[in-house]
This record gives sequence, C-alpha cells and structure tokens, in this order.
Amino acid sequence: MERTVGTDIRRPEGPDKVSGRAVFVADLATPGAWFGGTVRSDVPRGELLGVDLDPAFDWDRVRLAGPAEVPGANVVAMINEDMPVLAEREVRHVGQPLLLVAAPDAETLGAALAAARPRIAPLPAVLDMEDAPDVLHEILIEKGDAPSALARAARIIEGTYRTDTQEQMYIEPQGVIAWPPDASGCTVVRGSMQCPFYVHKSLVTMLGTRADAVRVIQVETGGGFGGKEDYPSVLACHAVLLARAAGVPVRMIYDRHEDLAVTPKRHPSRVRHRTSVADDGTLLAMDIDVLLDGGAYTTLSPVVLSRACIHAAGAYRCDHVRIRGRVVRTDHVPYGAFRGFGAPQVCFAVERQMDRIAGALALHPAELRRKNMLRVGDTTATGQRLETSVGSVEVMERVLARSRFDRHAWRSAGVAREPHDSQGARKRTGVGFSFFFHGAGFTGSGEELLKARVRVELDQGGRAVVETASTEFGQGTIAMFTALAADALGAAPEDIRIAAADTSRVPNSGPTVASRTCMVVGGCVMKACAELRARMSAASGDESGPFADRARAFLAGGGDGLAEVVYASPPGLVWDEEHYRGDAYPAYGWAADVAEVEVDLDTFEVRVTRFLSTVDVGKAIQPQLVEGQIEGGSLQAIGFAHLEVVTTEGGRFLQDRMATCIIPGTLDTPPIEVELVEVPFPHGPAGAKGVGELPMDGGAPAVASAIEDALGIHVDHIPATPERLLDAWLRAHPEEAL
Amino acid sequence: MSPAATVSSPRTLAGALDALVGATEATLILAGGTDLMVEFQTGRTRPGHVVDVWRVDELRGIRAEPAGLRIGALTTCTELRASALAQEHADILVIAADEVGAEQIQARATIGGNLGTASPAADLTPVLFALEAEVRLVSKAGARSLPVTEFLTGYRKTARRPEELIESILVPTRAPGERRGFRKVGTRRAQSISKVVVAVAVTALDGVIRTLRASAGSVAERTILLPSLERELAGKAPDAAALDRAARRAATADCAPIDDVRSTARYRREVLRRILRTLLAELLLDET
Ligand SMILES: Cc1cc2nc3c(=O)[nH]c(=O)nc-3n(C[C@H](O)[C@H](O)[C@H](O)COP(=O)(O)OP(=O)(O)OC[C@H]3O[C@@H](n4cnc5c(N)ncnc54)[C@H](O)[C@@H]3O)c2cc1C
Repeated sequence: MERTVGTDIRRPEGPDKVSGRAVFVADLATPGAWFGGTVRSDVPRGELLGVDLDPAFDWDRVRLAGPAEVPGANVVAMINEDMPVLAEREVRHVGQPLLLVAAPDAETLGAALAAARPRIAPLPAVLDMEDAPDVLHEILIEKGDAPSALARAARIIEGTYRTDTQEQMYIEPQGVIAWPPDASGCTVVRGSMQCPFYVHKSLVTMLGTRADAVRVIQVETGGGFGGKEDYPSVLACHAVLLARAAGVPVRMIYDRHEDLAVTPKRHPSRVRHRTSVADDGTLLAMDIDVLLDGGAYTTLSPVVLSRACIHAAGAYRCDHVRIRGRVVRTDHVPYGAFRGFGAPQVCFAVERQMDRIAGALALHPAELRRKNMLRVGDTTATGQRLETSVGSVEVMERVLARSRFDRHAWRSAGVAREPHDSQGARKRTGVGFSFFFHGAGFTGSGEELLKARVRVELDQGGRAVVETASTEFGQGTIAMFTALAADALGAAPEDIRIAAADTSRVPNSGPTVASRTCMVVGGCVMKACAELRARMSAASGDESGPFADRARAFLAGGGDGLAEVVYASPPGLVWDEEHYRGDAYPAYGWAADVAEVEVDLDTFEVRVTRFLSTVDVGKAIQPQLVEGQIEGGSLQAIGFAHLEVVTTEGGRFLQDRMATCIIPGTLDTPPIEVELVEVPFPHGPAGAKGVGELPMDGGAPAVASAIEDALGIHVDHIPATPERLLDAWLRAHPEEAL
Repeated sequence: MSPAATVSSPRTLAGALDALVGATEATLILAGGTDLMVEFQTGRTRPGHVVDVWRVDELRGIRAEPAGLRIGALTTCTELRASALAQEHADILVIAADEVGAEQIQARATIGGNLGTASPAADLTPVLFALEAEVRLVSKAGARSLPVTEFLTGYRKTARRPEELIESILVPTRAPGERRGFRKVGTRRAQSISKVVVAVAVTALDGVIRTLRASAGSVAERTILLPSLERELAGKAPDAAALDRAARRAATADCAPIDDVRSTARYRREVLRRILRTLLAELLLDET
C-alpha cells in the first residue's frame, strides 16, 4: 500500500529553488508596473492632523491613495474589524500606514516619501502590557476547583515567567503585486503568502465587491513561519488601492528594514504559576495566569491566546486547574502569528515551573515529569480524554535513554555549588530537559466551522491534479501532498501535480497554519484520491500498467475524473467554546528535548553544544522533511532561548536591520539529534498528525534549564542574553561586581 | 540607496592621488565597500564623488621591512589570514581578521577600510593600537606617517585630510619575548559586531612586566588604549589578585561605554574587566 509515504521523494519544486529558476514575487516580470510605498506614523499614539506634501516636490509625478480612496470598508478584515487599512484620525502604533504613494520608479518613490510629512498630535502611549487597560480578549479554563484546592494547600510553589518578542526572519521579505481591475472588473493580486483566502477575504471587504471580483494567487514564497499569515492582507489592500489610483500594476515589496520595522512578531508574554504539589511531586492544583501583549489591533490575538491557554498547563495530569488568559491592547506594532502561536510562551513557563517544583522538592526533573505526564486515559486541562496516538511515554523514555539525562545530577538554582573560584575554570556546563505536546489543527470547532474543501482532478494527460489552498513556503507541502496522493491513487509521484494556490481555481481548504496541512488537508487529499481510484477500478477492474494510461482510458470511457471532499472531523469530538471544555484538538504531537550548554563565566555567552529531540508525529509522510522541520524549529527555539533580542523603545523596534536583529548562524547551531517515534493517529492520513509548530515549543525551556544547571541562577525571562545572565550572576555573587 | 553623482576608478596610485586633488568632505574613497555600501543603503552617507580604489594594486600586499611589517591599505582580511608573514609578525591581527564578519565579508573587508570607518566597534583597530602601528597617508602633496592612536580622533572621525589616501600600515617589529592576546565578544559566534573587543601586547622579564599595551573597542566613542594596566603593572611581577586589580581599574577608569542596540554599558564594563583578567592571566601566569 505505502510505496511513497515514508520514503523521501525528490521535492518537485526543489531543483528550481536550488538552481535559482524559481520565480519569487520580486522576480515576476511586470512590464509597466509602478512602485508602491507607505507614509507611516513615527509616534506610537496620536491624532493625525494631516499629511503635509512638500510643494518643492512635483506631486504630478506620483499617485496617492488615502483613506478616502478605499471603495468599501476601511478595515483589514481578520477576526475583528478594528484595524484600518489606512489610519483616518487615530494613530495607534509606530509605522502605522497613513498614506500610500505609487511612482514609476524607486527613486521617485523615495523622493516622494521623503517629501510627505505626517502631522500628528502625540498622545500618551500605553507601552507596558502590565498596565494596559484595554483587554482584547480573555479566556477562562476551569477543571475541578483550583481555588479551593490552593486555599487548602500545604505547599504552593510560585513562579513568574516572561518571554520577549521574536522575529520570524523568513528569507524573503513580504511582497505583493496588484493589478488594476481587468476588463471584467476583477482585481488580481500575486504575492508571497501563506493564506490566499485570507487575503481574498480582506480584499473583498475593502473593495466592497463580490467574491469573484477578486483573485489572489500565491507565488513562490520564501518562508513564512506564521509571519505571512495575516500581514499579506494588509500589503495586498495597500497595493490594490495604489493599482486603482495609478491604473497600472503596482509592486509593493518591502526591503528588510521596512519588513522588520512594521510586520508582526511573536507576542511578548508574562505567565504566573501557582502550583500545589504533594511531597512525592504529584501535581494537586495549578493556577495559571497568562498575559499577552497584543499590540495596537486585534489581528490574530484571540486565537493565539486560545492556543496559549489550552497549552498553559503543559502535558501534565492535574485534577484542579484554572487558567486565566488575557491579551491586552498596547500601542505597539500589532503582534501576530509565529510558529507555535502562543504555545512556546506558555511551554517555557510551565516547563520552568516544573523545574522549580523539582528543585523545591529535591526531585529529579525527569522523575517529576514521569510522575505527572499525561498518558492514555488521562484528561487534559480542558477535560479532553486522551484516547489514541499518545506518544508521551515513548518520547520521554527514548530521549532519556539517548541522553541519560535522568542520570545527570541536575542542580536547581537553590542548590549550593562547589565554591566558585574566580581564577579557576572559565566555563561551566549544564544539561536541561523539557517535555511537551502541541495540538494539531484548528482549536475546538474551528475545522467544523471552516469545512475545508479539496479537489483532485484527472487532466487530459492522465495526471492527477491536487487542488487545495495549502501553500508551499519551504516546509514541504508539495512533496507531502504528492506522496499522499500517489499512494492513495496507486500512482507514482510523477503522476501527481499540485496546483498553484489561486483562489479562482482551487477550493478553500483553509489557511496554511496550525499544523493542519498534513493532518486535515492531506487527509482530504487522500480521501479524494481514494474515491477516484475506486471509480477507476470499478470501471476497469485492472490496476496494472502506468497510471497515466489508465487515467486517460478512464476519462476516454466517460469516467468522472473529478473528486471533491469536504473535511469531516473525527467522530465523537465535542467542544464547548463558551466554557473552553472538551476536545480542544483531534490529536496532539508529543516531544521531549534535551539541551547541553556551555556558559562562559567571563562573558556569559551561552553555547548550546548538543540538542536532542524525540518526537511523536504519528507518521512521517516524508521523513527527511519531518526531520528538517524539527531541526529548524528547534534552532528557532534555541535562538528564542538565548540569542534573539528584539526590544522596543517608544513603541519602535530597535533591532530593525539584519545587522542588529540577530538570529543563530551556523556556528551557533549545535548538532541536533532528531529521533522520530510514530504512534499513529487513526484519523490522520497514513496515521499522521501535526509537526510544524511542535518543535518550536520545547527548545527554549530545555536551554534555560541547562543554563540554570550550569550557573545556579533562575532563568525565568528569555532571551537569556549574556547581559541578563551577567546581571543575575552578579546579584548572586555581589562580591564579583566592579 | 543614493548613487554617487560621479565615480572615478583609477588603476594606479598616481591616478588615485590625481583623482583626489581638490577633494572635499563629500569625496568618498571606496575600498572593499563593506562599510560604505551599508551607509549608502541606510542613507547615513550621501556621496558626492566616489573614488573607487579597489583596483589600485599598489595598495595591496604584505611585506617585511627593517622597521616591521608593512601592510598595504587594501589588504583584505582573507589575505591577512592567508599570509605567513602576518602570522609570524602580527599573529593577533590574523586572529582578529579571522573573526571579522564571515568569509564573504572577509574577502572584501580591508585593513584601510577598518581604520577609515573609525567605528568604535572595529576589530582590527584595537590590535593596531596594542601593536603600536603607524598609518602612512599619501597625497599629491606628499606623505606623512602617524601613530594609529593619533589617526583616530573621535567617533567616526580621523586625522585624514580629504586629499589623503591611507597607503599602508606599519606594524613595528615584535619586541623580544612579547606576548599578545585578543578577545572579541560579539552578538553571536560569527557575522557579528563586537560588544567588547580587546587586544593586549605585553613584555616581561623574569616575571616582571616591562611594557603592557592594551586596547579595547566598543567601550567608548572610539577605539581606546587602556593605560591603567601599564600604570598598575609595569615593573611588577603580578599575581592573579594584582592582575584583577589592574583589570578592574582599566574597566572603571579608562572606558566610557554606553547602552545601545547591542548591549549595555554595565555589561561592557564588567565583561571588559573579566576578559582582561583572564587574558592577562593566560599571558602572564600560565608560563609553566
Ligand atoms: C556583514 C558585515 C559584517 C561585518 N563584520 C565586521 C566585524 O566582525 N568586525 C569589523 O571590524 N568590521 C566588520 N564589518 C565592517 C567592515 O567590514 C570593516 O570595517 C572593513 O574592514 C571595512 O573595509 P572596506 O574595505 O570594506 O571599507 P569601505 O567600506 O570601502 O570603506 C570604509 C571607510 O574607510 C575609508 N577608506 C577605505 N579605504 C581607504 C583608503 N585606502 N584611504 C582612505 N580612506 C579609506 C572609506 O572612505 C570609508 O569611509 C562588517 C561589515 C558587514 C557588512
């Protein structure tokens, strides 16, 4: 049955990418296209009085578009419609778009942008999430009675954990090209994006037009990591306004500086834990308070908060849990989606809290996790009973066997160290651990509401064309769909073609997010293929010979070569959105990480020297791609833990160039030893569940745990930069300070 | 990006000096371009006229002279790393060149450009300070040499006159028994700008320090010398505690670091002291 699934096929789009033939949005030949740019706010909050146009510049050389040029609603339609395409009076963040300019060339555009000066009366800005009065969204999860259990508790362990923002740093900056309406009145946009139907929806709303009067086409996309989930909608709205104003196609392709300065990044977080534990380490009650900085507008924040809250208690069993989550509005650039979508923040907190508990009880961190980990038959914080595909024990035991972490005498911050000799060894080593899970697919009833649709169609040449809205942006969608389709049809990979994600051609199978592409959309692809195969064999009864010959014969014989499938959730899933109770996700991926670090006692530079990850993905459709996902995700998590610094001042990102916005390089990358465990998910294609986000969750707490082991100081705030570690070290060793 | 109004690309030193006649502050000399191209892009620098000297081979090359090692201004980090002469006479310059950017940058980054930018974070410059190097400047009107410490006058400021070209750098012959050390602390392990960088050259006889020149980058508005070290340690046979006292003194008295996008003043000061202490101990106490 499985011929292609589980083997590594050549990535169909690979040769073009490697040889440089792949056409990204900036490479699209667009004769006559103009260049679009944006006049922005330079203050975090204020009242827009106007944009002064310097009379020294000849404004006839360019075309402008302001809020008055918006034909429909001046909103970027996402979850809430609170973010304007262009600010009218109220300015809510640095970099907010105020006025758009199109020019025939980049030089003229630069001159025009420099000659347009916004006049803004500044207002006091809210830049600290702790005292932000405006709550964008709240969530309460209650299991048992945590407040009473904590009131009775003999021992409560408390911790507060913080994570700063993080930049996706996809290789290709954001970019789209928009065309003015064609003869039939249809507006076309091509660009770098994850979710063409999201862009489509916001354009339809902004233009106030019919769905078929907008066509959005994804072109080759150089990475996304969530960063191209919502922002392409903003950019597309801008480009379309300019294309209408100029009457020619308009290219809006950010350079790295503009991209870093204005596009959404990971939500900063502050998470408080109060935990009651028995002497033997059994978790008795957990009270968790999650606070996220949403930035100036709602964008995707409610959904990020949702995933954060559902994962906040970690992969642990506990009868009494209360999780209160809030995402607040500040005057920062709106925060958005980044791989993990709220889970890396709360995973950092709960895993550090588990280490803190282990330290307080003098239990080994691995022992504490073994005692409390979710297993088959247990219920999660939302009361979901875990029935199948629970690889928790396997991933934990295998990573411990490989790393021998359970034999390592891990030392919490409180444990006395050998006397510190300031002239002695200038390096300390440590080992850390994390255990975690990540829900695959949309939360709760999300898939039911969306009803993803997928089509597979035999073309005249006898190839099967897979039509979905799922996008390839480096992660391997095309190879994965190809493998699933080939096996389901009894065909070879060459017999499969994956159609471009063009909203006028493909059905809406939903956004390419939430680790749902393989499990949800891939499952539909397999079903549609299986249906076609059944029709073909019913017609001929013979499955020998090349697939293309059989497919052509089938079509020639009048067979129906088009199969369409609508996603149906696995039976029995129940979700109560109002009370956040029930089956939050159809399946979870499970993983455990071990990080080894070396810390320089002069500079407090951290070097991760080895990283192990054991992961249960259900089934690795393309093993090499899955390993790549885990290596890449782990490295992003390592960067999040100690290296990637993005700070704000007056609402402005300080690290707004690649020279200052640091991500790990090759020398910062440890050997990453990935091990796959396959505990199949019966409702996933070939047993697969999600993998995309999972590896982002556990790396940071594992690294932080290793640093604590090495230095004997709490690491509760990441990134654990050398500056922060030095400060903490000097607090613990004041005699060493200057 | 704002392209230059005019560009000249001389092939000879004489041609370059001709091209610089009548030069003003708005005339820019372009070597490897690894600093200038960035400045053009960010708009920090808007050139009037550019003199691209990259093809002037007379400005390349490393040779031994009686007074020391003569390094042409256009010598790149890649060339420094590959040079046996540089390895022999200016070992820590090679180590520093190895830590500049990464391969691609090293192939274009020149020693003259590193001095010319006069960035406080330059990595080669502290080495040149510690080794008491001299800069040779030439113009149509003549040539002059001055110590690198005088060449750098402030934040991104040098003593170069608009018509002058940096022709070469002279690293004096190594004093007998001189030991040297270099340490860069960046934002990551390669392709990073220094948060603190130090270079040290020390001579000692029977454990007694005779000369000690140390320099640091990214801890003041320009590359600086750390005179406290020599003041505290010359003529002494220091133990670990004395080295620590001297390092502490240098980190408090000799530098003036700031908070910026890469690090904090406190980190720079504390770490300067810590790496100096370790470096000096390695150079002076690890003999047996
Ligand atoms: C990605 C990246 C990483 C980097 N990493 C580092 C690093 O790790 N450490 C470090 O120290 N630097 C680093 N730099 C900065 C830069 O590479 C160095 O300063 C380099 O030595 C500059 O040399 P250049 O030949 O490229 O200078 P250019 O950009 O050509 O010139 C720099 C300045 O010097 C002047 N100049 C150059 N040559 C002469 C001459 N012969 N006579 C008179 N004036 C002259 C120019 O007019 C200009 O003002 C980095 C730069 C980049 C882009």
